[in-house]
Amino acid sequence: MTATRLNRREFIKWTAAASALASIGGCAQALIQSSGNQPRVVVIGGGYAGSAVAKYLRIWSNAGIETVVIEPNPYFISCPLSNLVLGGSKQIEDLSFSYDALKRNHGISWVKDTVIAVDASSKKIRTARGELRYDKLVLAPGIDFIYDDLPMLQSEEAQQQVPHAWKAGPQTVNLHQQLVAIPEGGVFAISIPKAPYRCPPGPYERVCQAAFYLKQHNPTAKIIVLDANPDIVSKKGLFLKVWSEMYAGMVDYRPNSSIVDLDVAQKQVTTEFERVSADVLNVIPPQRAGKIAQTLGVVNVDQRWCEVDFRTYESSVLPGVHIVGDSVSAGLPKSAHMATSQARVCASAIVASFSGIDPDPLPVFANTCYSFVSDTMAMHVAHVYRYDTVKKIMLPADGGGVSDAPSAQEGSYAYDWARNIWSDVLT
Amino acid sequence: MIKAHYIGLAGLLSLTLSTGVCADESYARLSIHTHVLASSCAACHGTNGNSVGGTPVLAGLNAEHFINQMQAFKSGERPSTVMHRHAKGLTQEEITELAEHFSRQLRHTAELPSPADSDKP
Repeated sequence: MTATRLNRREFIKWTAAASALASIGGCAQALIQSSGNQPRVVVIGGGYAGSAVAKYLRIWSNAGIETVVIEPNPYFISCPLSNLVLGGSKQIEDLSFSYDALKRNHGISWVKDTVIAVDASSKKIRTARGELRYDKLVLAPGIDFIYDDLPMLQSEEAQQQVPHAWKAGPQTVNLHQQLVAIPEGGVFAISIPKAPYRCPPGPYERVCQAAFYLKQHNPTAKIIVLDANPDIVSKKGLFLKVWSEMYAGMVDYRPNSSIVDLDVAQKQVTTEFERVSADVLNVIPPQRAGKIAQTLGVVNVDQRWCEVDFRTYESSVLPGVHIVGDSVSAGLPKSAHMATSQARVCASAIVASFSGIDPDPLPVFANTCYSFVSDTMAMHVAHVYRYDTVKKIMLPADGGGVSDAPSAQEGSYAYDWARNIWSDVLT
Repeated sequence: MIKAHYIGLAGLLSLTLSTGVCADESYARLSIHTHVLASSCAACHGTNGNSVGGTPVLAGLNAEHFINQMQAFKSGERPSTVMHRHAKGLTQEEITELAEHFSRQLRHTAELPSPADSDKP
């Protein structure tokens, strides 16, 4: 309860009304009185971005905005750290959390359901179980996979054999089990899509985690990395160093290797240059904004991502609809920290809008992203990003960069990062 | 209807401005800026600076100490793995505002989410 009182005070402060409220007590009632008639914001998606939007909407509006989250999954599974499940040092249960504290602590209405349709003109949402009205809508649907060039991977059965494991959950566990079952001296092949995709260093961290496991249990096994990109997308020098020093002779990196054909049963992929057979095949398909964003027609960049105003995260094509997280076309890394940073800018802008004041004209936020190269060692990339009023985008500020080398100290910090972001987003 | 609901607060703002009781509109904007910026620290330092552990609790931290530490990170006087990257990206004014913001936050024990009950429907 202390937190609620504090938050109320803080909210009032940043609407610059604190002194007036102190002297004209009656005005404080205005916000509370209308609680029966509150504006309603519906958030579609309860991942890092959606959960953070919901929490901060409630905190910064002093519970003055009715907030509804629609999320089909019964609980939260963290993508960050999920490569450690592949490497065997974490269980998926370690990364699976209840939404109860988030709902309870902030009075967020929760609808466990899937959105079927949204009518933006009448501001109505249809789910499998019923209809819901909104005043403002926030889309946080995460990513959707593009199977146009990989139709053979579309079915659930095919993904049992060739998992993407790029949304943490059963496929992550499946990929770990397949890794464990690789015959002695066998091959683990991973296909990385062209950027942008969710979690730029993630595929290379995954290579490290596969190598970490194999080095202990199957040291003659090999990892073939088929990267559609011309080079390693993130933390290049660090990953190359780790592969050559910690996992010498295990990682075979092949750039410009887009998949042109794939035989699911044979676990064989064909690139423009070669045919590669593997014992375990992990294909991360190309990605785009989540389905509901496509349905609503807000996917207006390359038919993949959503263009927004970075001061509000409102869609540039559909007023009243905000988009946060991996679906946004930002030219920024699609990371969990970034998703929550975007979510808070969005939440503050929505609160400001309902309060009749302007949003922050110059948002600034941070991004810290750790990659684990073993069970204990990690390395970071970190930047502060500032809104550029001329280019109207978020640009990295001076001083950002990557670790000098992976270390156990940073591994410990990476766990601290995870525990704190879980606490922030889910309690 | 929504406008009417919030007109009280908007009206309050202009009243505040005209009477000069409180800070001006630019202060309001700056404060939103600081609030949003400060919330970005939560990924490592917890909501409102109440860390669950491992990283320093920023809530209720002495403002002068905060400023000194950030300057030491910025100059390299205090070695760090990642904090110098964040300190260097902030303006002096932002560091001062963040110091004030965090010094005003109440300390409380931060919570971790419960493990998922996968049996629950």
